[in-house]
Amino acid sequence: MHKMWTLTKRELHSYFDSPAAYVVMSVFLLFSGWFFGSTLFLENTASLRTVFDIVPFIFLFFIPAITMSTFAEERRAGTLELLLTLPVRDWQVIAGKLLAVVLFLMAAVSLTLIYALTIAALGDLDFGATFGGYLGLLLLGTASAAIGMFASSLTRNQIVSFILGFGIIFALFLIDKMTVFVPGWMAEVLQYLGTDFHYRNLLRGVIDTRDVLYYVSLTVFACLLTSFTLSRRPE
Amino acid sequence: MIEVIGLSKHYGDERAVDNISFEVKTGEVLGFLGPNGAGKTTTMKVITCYLPPTVGTVVVDGVDVRKGSLEVRDKIGYLPENTPLYHEMTTYDYLVFMATMRGVETADQTKRIAEMTDVCGLGSVLGKRIEALSKGFRQRVGLAQAMIHNPPILILDEPTTGLDPNQIVEIRGLIRKIGKKKTVILSTHILSEVQMSCDRALIIHRGKLVADGTPEDLQNSFSKGQRIRFGVQQHIDSVRSVLSGWNGIEIADAVSTADDESLFTLTTNRPDDLRPELFRLAVDQKWTLTELTREQASLEDVFRQLTAD
Repeated sequence: MHKMWTLTKRELHSYFDSPAAYVVMSVFLLFSGWFFGSTLFLENTASLRTVFDIVPFIFLFFIPAITMSTFAEERRAGTLELLLTLPVRDWQVIAGKLLAVVLFLMAAVSLTLIYALTIAALGDLDFGATFGGYLGLLLLGTASAAIGMFASSLTRNQIVSFILGFGIIFALFLIDKMTVFVPGWMAEVLQYLGTDFHYRNLLRGVIDTRDVLYYVSLTVFACLLTSFTLSRRPE
Repeated sequence: MIEVIGLSKHYGDERAVDNISFEVKTGEVLGFLGPNGAGKTTTMKVITCYLPPTVGTVVVDGVDVRKGSLEVRDKIGYLPENTPLYHEMTTYDYLVFMATMRGVETADQTKRIAEMTDVCGLGSVLGKRIEALSKGFRQRVGLAQAMIHNPPILILDEPTTGLDPNQIVEIRGLIRKIGKKKTVILSTHILSEVQMSCDRALIIHRGKLVADGTPEDLQNSFSKGQRIRFGVQQHIDSVRSVLSGWNGIEIADAVSTADDESLFTLTTNRPDDLRPELFRLAVDQKWTLTELTREQASLEDVFRQLTAD
């Protein structure tokens, strides 16, 4: 546990030691702030809905950008070999890195709490929906990060990793919007597989274990795939 | 300390390592020689538990890599090829990170890092980012990280590649110093390195072990006889007529250095020293001897002979 946390700290340091983290965070704030501020007074409702609507779109680009280096860069630099010969299990490495990405995401998302405070001061904020929204972002972010890391474990090229990660995350985001093209029984399956569908459920402020379970399973599944890729010790 | 037992490692159809067995005793410095792609790195990766063996196994200090991977890792310090380091970290932060990951107690870390700084001469670069360091210093950081948890075994994959001659001498000195207390396996394709730093050498070619012994042993047992430089003050043709067919000797080269002077390079497969007989021959023929030296095959010759395709 101690070792995992050490690894997480190292990852976080490496994000914040380079300008990339600050650029990414600024862009995140700029987008979410624009969508929040521009419509707030037009809609005249005390809700963070606009922020919660836009953040998954930002995540589509944001998460593969953060995770693309996790394994690909270590593989290119050769540090992965040293890391995987340390007295730690592969899953500790994966969990440590995932935790770092999630903490970074949460740091970015927590900056939007300012919007929540603003609204709470201006009007009557729906705490259930807001809590659901943040929980949804945490779960969606974690699952997407796990997928991004899996993409990163497949290659030594960060750009390939980014595109691959983006592709998978985008496909899962779109899948529940394809239901009109398929027969009814399949539509339900597709809907259940979609990341956005479960996020919408949580946004309503109803915390359903099925939705939580979906994200947890998706995260675990992606981590298992990563673990499998790493265990094959790619060159 | 390390027993490699019938080890094979296949990548698909390719056999990178093919049924290798050897043993390294405690305190021994073992040189691993072979051309590029011979299987040195693969063997080291199996010992360090990076790659699982396909067939056979490695037992490190009584622990099988197949069963007690984590336990084996604790006993080994590893410096992979090309010294991979986290370039954005400072030397000090990196050593703290590696010490923690290696399970060095927080209370002991400062002491261990101070020791490693001392042994590897890192005092001036502790606060610098690794990306700003020269290759020689990076190599020392790599060695420091490998020894941070005071492991009984060190595995160094081509520790001197890419260094300038001064740095090579420094790193070799460091390895010799370390080698007094630890079991070391180092791979290289620089032969003089093995002669200088190793107690024993293994030569590996196409995944197979082709030689095992001290550098001197290898030289003696694999040198095909000897080469003798033989110079006399006598016309080249008359010497040649006497020497041809004498004692099964072959004339590899003959030059006329002056009018009545000649220098022959002779080769023979006989293991015993031919110089006394050559001297007597010169006396019998009333030649004035100008040169008589015996050259044994160098480790380089042995290497080329064993790994030629």
